[in-house]
Amino acid sequence: MQAQAPGSAGAAQGRPDYRWKRPQFFTNPYVRWGLPVAGLAYLLWAISTLSINWNRVSAGIPRAGRIFGNAWPPDFSRSNLIISGFTESIQIALLATALGLLISVPIALLAAKNIMPRGLHWFGRGIIIVARSFHPVIVAIIFVKAVGLGPFAGVLTLTVYSLGFVGKLLAEAIEEIDEGQVEAMRATGAGFIKVLLYAVFPQILPRQVGLSIYQLDSNLRASAVVGVVGAGGIGGTLMNSFRRFDYDFALAILLLIIAIILVSEAISGRLRSGLS
Amino acid sequence: MELNIENLTKSYGRGQPVLNGLNLTVDGSGITAIIGSSGAGKSTLLRCINRLIEPDSGTVRLNDVELTALKGAALRKARRSIGMIFQSFNLLDRLTVMENVLAGRLGYVNFWQASSRRYPQADINRAYELLELVGMEEFVNQRASRLSGGQRQRVGVVRALMQQPSILLADEPTASLDPRTSLQIMELLQDIAGNLGLPVIINIHNVDQARTYTDRIVGLRYGHIMFDGTPADLDDAALDAIYDGKDWNEDPGEAESGGAGGSRGSGGAGGKDAKRELEGARA
Repeated sequence: MQAQAPGSAGAAQGRPDYRWKRPQFFTNPYVRWGLPVAGLAYLLWAISTLSINWNRVSAGIPRAGRIFGNAWPPDFSRSNLIISGFTESIQIALLATALGLLISVPIALLAAKNIMPRGLHWFGRGIIIVARSFHPVIVAIIFVKAVGLGPFAGVLTLTVYSLGFVGKLLAEAIEEIDEGQVEAMRATGAGFIKVLLYAVFPQILPRQVGLSIYQLDSNLRASAVVGVVGAGGIGGTLMNSFRRFDYDFALAILLLIIAIILVSEAISGRLRSGLS
Repeated sequence: MELNIENLTKSYGRGQPVLNGLNLTVDGSGITAIIGSSGAGKSTLLRCINRLIEPDSGTVRLNDVELTALKGAALRKARRSIGMIFQSFNLLDRLTVMENVLAGRLGYVNFWQASSRRYPQADINRAYELLELVGMEEFVNQRASRLSGGQRQRVGVVRALMQQPSILLADEPTASLDPRTSLQIMELLQDIAGNLGLPVIINIHNVDQARTYTDRIVGLRYGHIMFDGTPADLDDAALDAIYDGKDWNEDPGEAESGGAGGSRGSGGAGGKDAKRELEGARA
């Protein structure tokens, strides 16, 4: 018997080579080629309908340059305005995070379909969907109309924002728990609340802590944005400085926002990596 | 103690019923093994007893209490007297061994005691005594997730005993364990059945272990009882009837856990075989 080279094992025995190709995601070649072509065509058409005015673009560039020129150097002199604005923003963020987390737990329980009957599960899901439907700025506009200008509208806005986001992810965490623990607790004769205490909450706790830190971080950011539409905090101060063409003051605020976000990001990143 | 199951039927969806008019009576102490291939209805049968699964029809009576007629608080109260241990242990992974053990008392304590972990002194004493019995007293403050499989199952057994049950249900308690540890758990269950006088119903797919450690074997196939007798009565013909003539000697559980390999006899030599396996694992 003759030794065979490994690569031609089949051929040497008179069998044809095997043929293998990675299966295509779209088996229909018309779909496979038509889809990217259609996508490109739409993009070109969309650009052509935007009627970009190049004159305005060219006029805008020097204007932008003038604004940035006026903004430099940043003006930190009105520190009492800056401090009171940031304090208010941070208070809004902290309060809204606490309220949002508190409300998100029962809503997440309602929305988790593995522990709730179907009707209630859809009720919980509904609350989360509504809370997540609108960007915080839109929610802030509604709350400013409802309760007036000021930080209270900001707190309400970010509470809704927090409970939507945390509620959704917490509900998903509950749906992913190990059901065996739930089964074991039911077998001991424990009722619903005790099953939650022993088999559900310990399993979602790490996720809950991680989400809380993330949400506080995210609320700090958003508290500056909702201030722009009058919901209190540093965003309002920033908007006023723009209106009065105090670009150097505005730049000071923007730089401080960046600094605060960087610090909070660093802290929350450290905390979350410490958890896992 | 008497457990009496009459005409129990359960089907999932529109398919073939998993349990089909099943009748079974278990009384006194000792271990009753339920054997049968996967999908024969063993797990469903156990879970219909404590109503973790709701049977379609039929009755289950424990000491003249009709479990199948109970609801809400009465059902939870009845569950306290039925201990259960599981194939995948089902421990509360993020909690300590002691919290897991005390969880066996959840049906007895109130909400405040449960949430603050302030259990009655008698419960704590009992927990320590039982943990000493299974040699786990040094692990009280260890997280359950850090235990080995055999240690977890021993905590699972202690949790079930904390309920002061009048019967113990064991759903494939050794299927996730290596051969040596699984024999230790079987011996523990034998001790419990013998010394504590607690009847144990155990689902098991290891025929040798069933023969060695149990007093009565019930063979299930397609939701019917095909065999009911002592380990000595379980001959090849009976096994063929239970396992549909398939090779019942090829134990899937052993294969999964890597097995001890080597000699696995058929027939009545199961006990010796198991012992030999244990020796092999030690060597």
